[in-house]
Amino acid sequence: MLDGSDFAAIWLTLKLAAVVTLLLLVFGTPLAWWLARTHSRLRHAVGAVVALPLVLPPTVIGFYMLLAMGPNGPLGQATQALGLGTLSFTFTGLVIASVFYSLPFVVQPLTNAFEAVGTRPLEVAATLGATPWDTFWSVVVPLARPGFVTGAILGFAHTIGEFGVVLMIGGNIPDKTRVVSTQIYDHVEAMEYAQAHWLAGGMLVFSFVVLLVLYTLYPQSVRGTRR
Amino acid sequence: MKHLVSLVAVLAISGAAQADEVQVAVAANFAGPMEKLAAEFQRDTGHKAIVATGATGKFYAQIRNGAPFEVLLAADDETPAKLETEGHMVAGSRFTYATGRLVLWSAKDGVVDAGGNVLKTGTYRHLSIANPKTAPYGAAAVATLQKLGLYDTVQPRIVQGENIAQAWQFASTGNAELGFVAQAQVWRDGKFTSGSGWIVPATMHDPIRQDAALLAKGAKNPAAQALLQYLRTDKAKALIRTFGYEV
Repeated sequence: MLDGSDFAAIWLTLKLAAVVTLLLLVFGTPLAWWLARTHSRLRHAVGAVVALPLVLPPTVIGFYMLLAMGPNGPLGQATQALGLGTLSFTFTGLVIASVFYSLPFVVQPLTNAFEAVGTRPLEVAATLGATPWDTFWSVVVPLARPGFVTGAILGFAHTIGEFGVVLMIGGNIPDKTRVVSTQIYDHVEAMEYAQAHWLAGGMLVFSFVVLLVLYTLYPQSVRGTRR
Repeated sequence: MKHLVSLVAVLAISGAAQADEVQVAVAANFAGPMEKLAAEFQRDTGHKAIVATGATGKFYAQIRNGAPFEVLLAADDETPAKLETEGHMVAGSRFTYATGRLVLWSAKDGVVDAGGNVLKTGTYRHLSIANPKTAPYGAAAVATLQKLGLYDTVQPRIVQGENIAQAWQFASTGNAELGFVAQAQVWRDGKFTSGSGWIVPATMHDPIRQDAALLAKGAKNPAAQALLQYLRTDKAKALIRTFGYEV
């Protein structure tokens, strides 16, 4: 069965996924809005950057994060100048890396949802005298609801399953950076197959349930992310 | 049809004659020496060693589950022993090809003193080690800290790599100011290749005996047998020593 260190890893993983999802909704929404509305030439380049984690191996992201966060990397120099030290081996470091890693899973459904809303409701709201801010909250958000739900669920689930990035920058510290996926890896390496099965099987069931719920709720929007 | 038969026969024969490749699973700490050894091995014998490097525990799991490795150069002596008991290797084929040495190392010059006092006095945030549960170098690092009476004070600063290669990676990128690494990773021809280090006296921990094994899949492969023989030659031993191992 599972022991204390397993439950600590599960708790940490849930915490990481929750924080990352929240941040992605906060920062991903304006980004997705911009991507859905802009005619800027940068649009395709930014869209490609957002999609990078879909095609890059997590070890690539983790490797460059490790270099960037190190004392000689740009991120590390910045955080040191701010008196924060370096971010590798910290929960904050995992959060930052995960935000990038899970970015497309939130931004793409949101962008699709915003595009689906179209310009018509915005124009109608404007003629009725609504401010853009009011329009966004009263018109766009309710209409784009499936995008928000899909993005939040996919971002959360994808962060839960993170492995390569954590392995590279985490340092496997109990309660700080040891998440479920690295814990499973440790169990397998230590030949503790029973514990590995409990965690890995649990992950499998969790992922299936999440996707099943999503497909049941919003079949269209999930398919929309796969175009 | 006749042509097809003879073609198949020719292919089968040439296939047998080409049995000069050996799939080797190599412990991460031995990646550097193995690269050189494989080149020399090919030059001297004509056989080619195809090398995969990684954590010994991972290889163990893969070998038990049918991985095509023919020779294992483990980071410990327990894994080959276990494989022998379980019948996954040729009985009686294991031997110690190298004894590893542990080093306390920093990527910066002048940080680590001879004696490792930096562990007590230094201002460092992170000390990287290999996972002590699965990697012998990690276990040796913990044993050393315990022997120094520093384990409890140092523990909050420990970061674990999945294996010794990652412990080195954390230290070499400066993310960890100090790291317990394999001497082979930072040593060449009698001196540190960069940074500063303390070669931990062998009395501080159990010897890190690294055993080789002829796996069941390689039992009939002449190249596999040749590689294990090659590792015992004086030439190979001399090369292994230049990386800071004892043989």
